[in-house]
Amino acid sequence: MIRVSGVSHRFGEREVLKPFSLELVERRIAVIGANGSGKSTFVRLINGLLVPTTGSVLVDGLDTKRDGKEVRGKVGFVFQNPDNQIVYPVVEEDLAFGLKNRKLPKDEIARRVEAGLARFGLSHLAKEQTHRLSGGEKQMVAIAGVTILEPQIIIFDEPTTLLDLRNKRRVARTISELDEMAIVVTHDLDLVADFDRALVFDEGGLVFDGNPFDAIRHYEGLMG
Amino acid sequence: MISAYRPGTSPIHRLAAGPKMAALAIAGTGLFFVTGLIGTAAALSVSIALYLVARLTLRDLWSVLRPLLIVMIILVSAHAWLNGWAAAFAMGMRLGALVLLAGLVTLTTPSSAIMAAIETGLQPLVRLGVDVEKISLALSLALRFLPLIASVGAEVREAQRARGLDGSLVALAVPLLVRTLKMGEDIADAIDARGFGSARK
Repeated sequence: MIRVSGVSHRFGEREVLKPFSLELVERRIAVIGANGSGKSTFVRLINGLLVPTTGSVLVDGLDTKRDGKEVRGKVGFVFQNPDNQIVYPVVEEDLAFGLKNRKLPKDEIARRVEAGLARFGLSHLAKEQTHRLSGGEKQMVAIAGVTILEPQIIIFDEPTTLLDLRNKRRVARTISELDEMAIVVTHDLDLVADFDRALVFDEGGLVFDGNPFDAIRHYEGLMG
Repeated sequence: MISAYRPGTSPIHRLAAGPKMAALAIAGTGLFFVTGLIGTAAALSVSIALYLVARLTLRDLWSVLRPLLIVMIILVSAHAWLNGWAAAFAMGMRLGALVLLAGLVTLTTPSSAIMAAIETGLQPLVRLGVDVEKISLALSLALRFLPLIASVGAEVREAQRARGLDGSLVALAVPLLVRTLKMGEDIADAIDARGFGSARK
């Protein structure tokens, strides 16, 4: 469970997130809002990439301020641009990166990399150079690189923004099939239509919290 | 070295990265003691033969030599002018053999294995407070992001050309620098998010 209590965030003098509180337990949660609305800041607070200026974020009782590294072990993060997330030049090496950071034995790493590649239909790309992959393939490698660490929660920050329709659908299907809790920041309203819960951010404030249907109507109303 | 690895099962592929790199260092040093046309021609022939043993193609061999061809031509020409053609050819073949051997290591060894070997080789420095893990990651990042920065550069150049700004160094450098810095910020976040250094706490 994620507990957000009185959280706000400032970059210098600029308040990018106004104080709010909530608890998240649902399996699929959408975070929508215009550019600069504070939604990306919010999700970065959940896995401790940012720490709140006021208030606290607890993930399964762990405080992101105090236990950042442990929290990041529980909360995976898939970024908008996979090119900025893939850090190794070969697909299987990149998948192994997070596992090596955990100092797992070599045979365990090899086993999990193989399983991770198979899970996302990437086995044929194991030895491929990452910069030669298509956008959709890169995003799948980025997702595989995160899920292989077996987080309980995965945050997706606009995962389909840079993709064509076919790859958008592929990523959407992948997210819907995940066992893990998923929090998806997106402008792609179709992607989150059947989610369990949706949060709408506007000008740094949480302005709606409810079901996706009403959230999308609210968001469309805000956008005029 | 970037994107060089060609997967395979040849005896050279199966050799561990450490011994291969050590052999390269020894051969590279040894080559400077080989003089004369016959000796250097033999060294070059052995280097080419090793490509056959590794079941690599002529294209692979060419991909190793091509980037250095102009430099080699300039060096051989300068050497010929100073010391005569026989010495220049010997030097050219020695250099060719060395480049081919270095290429052979990178073509038959995954970059991760090279990084692991470098990491192992640097282990004694840990006692002096050197963070070997960070050095290894930095090398991997360089391999990963050089082609990406090159493609961003090409993108920016194309955009500037479309605006009639081709030839302007500032028009190329400023957006490239800004995008690279932003990319660096995102990559740092991504590395943090994937638990780099988490086992060391």
